[in-house]
Amino acid sequence: MSSLAVRKAAPAAGTTPGTAQGPPLRRRIALVPTLTLLLGALYCLLPVAWVVIASTKSGRELFSTFTFLPGTGFTQNLRDLDAYRDGIYWKWMGNSALYAGLGALLSTAVSALSGYGLAIYRFRGRETVFGVLMAGVLMPPVILAIPQYLLLAKADLTDSYASVLLPLVLSPYGIYLARIYATAAVPGDVVEAGRMDGASEWRIFTRVALPMMVPGLVTVFLFQFVAVWNNFLLPYIMLSDDEKFPITLGLFTLLEQGSNTPALYTLVITGAMLAVIPLIALFLIIQRFWSLDLLSGAVKS
Amino acid sequence: MTTAHREPYGAEGAPYALPPRTAARERARSAPYFFLLPATVLFVLFFALPIGYAIWLSLHKVQVKGLGLGSGARTEIWAGLENYTDALTDSELLDGALRVLGYGALVIPVMLGLALLFALMLDTDKVRLAPVTRLATFLPYAIPGVVAALLWGFLYLPDVSPFYFVLDKLGMPQPNLLDGGPLYLALSNIAVWGGTGFNMIVIYTSLRAIPAEVYEAAKLDGASPLQIALRIKIPMVAPSLILTFFFSIIATLQVFSEPTTLKPLTNSVSTTWSPLMKVYRDAFGAGDIHAAAAEAVIIALVTLVLSFGFLRAANSRTKQGEAR
Repeated sequence: MSSLAVRKAAPAAGTTPGTAQGPPLRRRIALVPTLTLLLGALYCLLPVAWVVIASTKSGRELFSTFTFLPGTGFTQNLRDLDAYRDGIYWKWMGNSALYAGLGALLSTAVSALSGYGLAIYRFRGRETVFGVLMAGVLMPPVILAIPQYLLLAKADLTDSYASVLLPLVLSPYGIYLARIYATAAVPGDVVEAGRMDGASEWRIFTRVALPMMVPGLVTVFLFQFVAVWNNFLLPYIMLSDDEKFPITLGLFTLLEQGSNTPALYTLVITGAMLAVIPLIALFLIIQRFWSLDLLSGAVKS
Repeated sequence: MTTAHREPYGAEGAPYALPPRTAARERARSAPYFFLLPATVLFVLFFALPIGYAIWLSLHKVQVKGLGLGSGARTEIWAGLENYTDALTDSELLDGALRVLGYGALVIPVMLGLALLFALMLDTDKVRLAPVTRLATFLPYAIPGVVAALLWGFLYLPDVSPFYFVLDKLGMPQPNLLDGGPLYLALSNIAVWGGTGFNMIVIYTSLRAIPAEVYEAAKLDGASPLQIALRIKIPMVAPSLILTFFFSIIATLQVFSEPTTLKPLTNSVSTTWSPLMKVYRDAFGAGDIHAAAAEAVIIALVTLVLSFGFLRAANSRTKQGEAR
């Protein structure tokens, strides 16, 4: 859990090794900052704590017992969720994993190719190409999603896995990150040396540059994974067959039906809890591989 | 400075030594175009083409001949700016725009203010529990907007919420959080909860990039941590503050999933609460894709004008500050 902290502290400590941090006598806890951060953390954890407790309550307990008092219905809720429409919930989870996993993988591949091309080569129109691709990040999704739907409908591709996967493969932000990372991590000399040895440009990319770019590409992958996993508008517009829904859309339709049949509320809550917990676990495991420094475009050279 | 493109080969067009022209060098001339081919194809198919189609749609309308039955009875004809004048005089769209502007005026300052506050606190000497609290605050970033709205939505329901329990015990009035003015607070809270951590990390990262020497002189002069934060740290991270503000404007004006998710829990969120929800309803509920396209183009233009207008204003102010 502290790996993020160690890496964060490293650049600052590296700039002035051995600098004394103020007079040694005043070695106490900074109380106000620590309390402020604790309050912030509690605020951010509150809904997560709630959903974990609420998922243990039976339908009657949900509306009658105190919010943070655990209930007795957890296993029954799980069984109900599993039985709902022959376990369609697990299908939604699988779909989300597929959309986010495959989508992020394709997106990372395209970003790696483009970022490398933009970082290593100098060619006419390079900045124009980069600028046009970057303009994509500023395009509000609304102006894209509806015509994308209509155009995919003409190609008879709506309500398919491809209709949710393909529009998200091109990630301007991913290309931006891959470019700055390739610029910092792949030295021009290495590419030139590869050429002297007679290697093809493709071979230099796959054998020499790609391994050097891996840490940056992991970050691109994770960003894109979260972006696709969290996406709602695109599947909401594209899909009508609920067998293809991602978890966000599935839970939403469940909630929508719940306004008529409150018995579904416990299913929604248990479903939300199960959708959040693996993501948090994944988050705790992967955050050590995630160079957050890249977020703001700062690359250690 | 945080978004600096490190260009080891110099800026575009700057003179550089040409290596000896070999066969490999010639191949290298065409290589970048191959590397950029997938991105270009995807850009044309999923960005340029849809935008062009949206603009085309917005300038056309459907003409129905006779009863509108049979093929050829419905034809698309040139409409000029008719769809745009219709959209701009549509009170539903304007009301939605006002609602979202009010919502944005709440969300953006609070979210970025908290993000800056937490980032500065994390960067303080002798602060405890920094790694744990940073991770906890960043956590909502991994939770989809729909799920976040769903969790908070239940926490707003009087029968379920701990807030109402406390208010009840204290004998205080219990406002309906899902109606009227409090609804704005309820929706804003979801956005603040989801976005603070991400922006905090962006600002914190650029705080860590400030070399320690910068503080040395101020510390020797006896400046307090508060003075250092206000006079040195905040001006130094101004570029990332501007960047987070810029992207927050774009994201906030596009709000869709949170109000859509709260809709089943309250009657106060209409199908046209935000402009984006109205576009969706007109396109798929009412089936008028031409009107929806014009509305989408207007929203996109307003978003770009506001976000770039902000960027220009911020940059000219920064330059003035440097000149002084």
